[in-house]
Amino acid sequence: MKTTRTFRSLSLALPAFIGATAIASSHDPVELSLLSDNSPNSVAVANALVAAYQERNPNVEISVEIRPGGSEGDNIVRTRLATGSMTDLFIYNSGSLMQALNPSRTLVDLSDEDFMERISPSYQSVVAQGEGVYGVPFEAGMGGGIFYNRGLYEELDLEVPTTWDAFMENNAIIDAQTDVAPVIGTFGETWTAQLFFLADFYNVQQQDPDFAEEFTAGNRQFANSEAALNSFRRIQEVHEAGYFNSDYESAGYEDGLRMLVEGEGAHYPMLTFAVSAMLDNFGEESVENIGFFAQPGDDGNGLTVWMPGSMYIANTSDHTDEAKDFLAFVASTEGCEAIVETIGAAGPFLIETCGLPDTVPQPVADMLVYFQDSDRNAPALEFLSPVKGPSLEQIMVEIGSGFRDAQSGAELYDRDVSRQARQLGLSGW
Amino acid sequence: MNRHKPDVRIRKTKSVSIQSYYPMWFFLPAGMIYGLMFLVPTVASFYFSMTHWTLFDQRFIGLDNYREFFNEPFLLKGLINTFLFGFTTSAGKVVLGMALAVLLTSNIYFRGLLRSMVFFPVLVSTIGIGITFTMLMDPNSGLINQALAAIGVDGPRWLIDPDLAIFSVALVEIWRGVGLATLIMIAGLAAIPTDFYEAARLDGATAWQQFWRITLPLSRPAIATVTTLSLIDGLRTFDLVWAMTRGGPGFASDVLASVIYKQYQAGFYGLSTAGNVILFVVIAVVALPIVAYLNREER
Repeated sequence: MKTTRTFRSLSLALPAFIGATAIASSHDPVELSLLSDNSPNSVAVANALVAAYQERNPNVEISVEIRPGGSEGDNIVRTRLATGSMTDLFIYNSGSLMQALNPSRTLVDLSDEDFMERISPSYQSVVAQGEGVYGVPFEAGMGGGIFYNRGLYEELDLEVPTTWDAFMENNAIIDAQTDVAPVIGTFGETWTAQLFFLADFYNVQQQDPDFAEEFTAGNRQFANSEAALNSFRRIQEVHEAGYFNSDYESAGYEDGLRMLVEGEGAHYPMLTFAVSAMLDNFGEESVENIGFFAQPGDDGNGLTVWMPGSMYIANTSDHTDEAKDFLAFVASTEGCEAIVETIGAAGPFLIETCGLPDTVPQPVADMLVYFQDSDRNAPALEFLSPVKGPSLEQIMVEIGSGFRDAQSGAELYDRDVSRQARQLGLSGW
Repeated sequence: MNRHKPDVRIRKTKSVSIQSYYPMWFFLPAGMIYGLMFLVPTVASFYFSMTHWTLFDQRFIGLDNYREFFNEPFLLKGLINTFLFGFTTSAGKVVLGMALAVLLTSNIYFRGLLRSMVFFPVLVSTIGIGITFTMLMDPNSGLINQALAAIGVDGPRWLIDPDLAIFSVALVEIWRGVGLATLIMIAGLAAIPTDFYEAARLDGATAWQQFWRITLPLSRPAIATVTTLSLIDGLRTFDLVWAMTRGGPGFASDVLASVIYKQYQAGFYGLSTAGNVILFVVIAVVALPIVAYLNREER
């Protein structure tokens, strides 16, 4: 690195003396910009991919810009796209949030590119609008479910539950026989309260296969669909049984991970991307004692799958071809390797030429079991429907804190959802 | 056009009582800034509040956004909280500001130092204050409850208790804003001639009587200023609430401005613009009569 930098400053100074015959490369380096959200995972992956790509393509320089995450980040991305001031490349969610970007008018269509053939069709469907396909996955697929303490399960001779009743029985045993909090709640960061609800969608779909379609059309409400209403009841039952840690109302996500790793809590409902954070914060041994299972349902369970976030090209870019070349690299075996080297193997890649290393962290191995059988996994609702109410996290906090029950929470969410659908201009609402 | 110009000028000088000392071109720069930065956005916001607006395109939908806004499930809660917050912080700042001003105009040691110390919180960023107090008010690990526990008091669950959260934030807002209130009150007290107090003392008035009969009535302009400023500040409050509770737990400490901000975050741009127009009207409707009442009989 150091030598390249010295060379660069030299090559700036030299032409002044030698003129046009200077040794500088035949064409000027192309400069690209990449906007990433500020989560440690995204930043690390973005930098690693850029470094690996630049090593192979010294004539391209990619600078990484950082933006806030969450709703604030959504607004930044929408505003920059709407005003034509977006970077060449940017990282953003797939699924319902991507649909709100008006991709056919703001993004570059990648459907005809050769590298798209390597990308799994199930992923492509969540970054598509109409005929166009707009994104490339920059991370691994994820699952939503429940992390658990394997040592504690062994000690108390518990079995990994597949039904909700079995899960609650395990909680009762943990509550009675140990000081460990059966379930970790971290409502201080409200988004974490949504997991019992969101990760239950596989189970909803098992009982009501048309739910996503009917829901998008405005024909199905949560409050009067038995299967979907159950998703709201889960957190209520855990709260009423008093299974949360004592500081569940103020603890945050990082606290939750620490409690899990240090054995203060037995279960933590979360997305599997947390594995990378645990590896990063607490070291490699920390996750050996941690396992993962899909959210238990009424009878049997399966994994609710989250599609990876994506990289997109803004159609205001002056260097579309170079940006496409970078995406081709991201969607290649070398790209996946760069990701695994940086944040470890957090889940299956949606790029068909990419495998996983022989040894993966324990929770990831537990999750991969569900991917082997296509009947045991299904996408989360936000990848099947553009409708997702913005107040869900607050409503889940209310149910999980006992301010309101599942029924009234579901009714409130139905109102929230119908307002969003009207704002999206969907028909039938 | 040219022929009409003199007419306009004549009418103007007739209707405007203060004579203009400057030629028209003198106003041009300020007028342009006013038009560009204030007039256009104001008119535009009224227009966008009547559109379905995704940033990428907009469609005129009349008053639908206003209808939608009044259907917002937590509008009423937000409104009640807004008034609770506005009136408690305003009252708190006036009472506490007056007490501090009386203290800081008396003959105490280190008066200058104490005066500047009460003003320090005003200089600190609101978000910084919010984050600091969120940690201080943590029911388990926060310094406040630990201190209370040390003297045997079981501290309240400041920001976690849904019935208490908005008042906890109001408490912090009073601490944050009382410095400015005190400063204005000090200026008001300093303007009261000392003769009144001397005369009252000769007549045998007690300290309480002096405060009630002289200090309070004569510092009404200062009180009116503090009330008006802090009420308007309180009604449109956002940053402290957002930094401390984000309207939570659940929706328990939502104020009008945080309801609007959440709609904006959700990408409902037209709807949140309509909300801002409503917030503007609410503040005007509440604040104007109070300002008029407080400023009555003033020269």
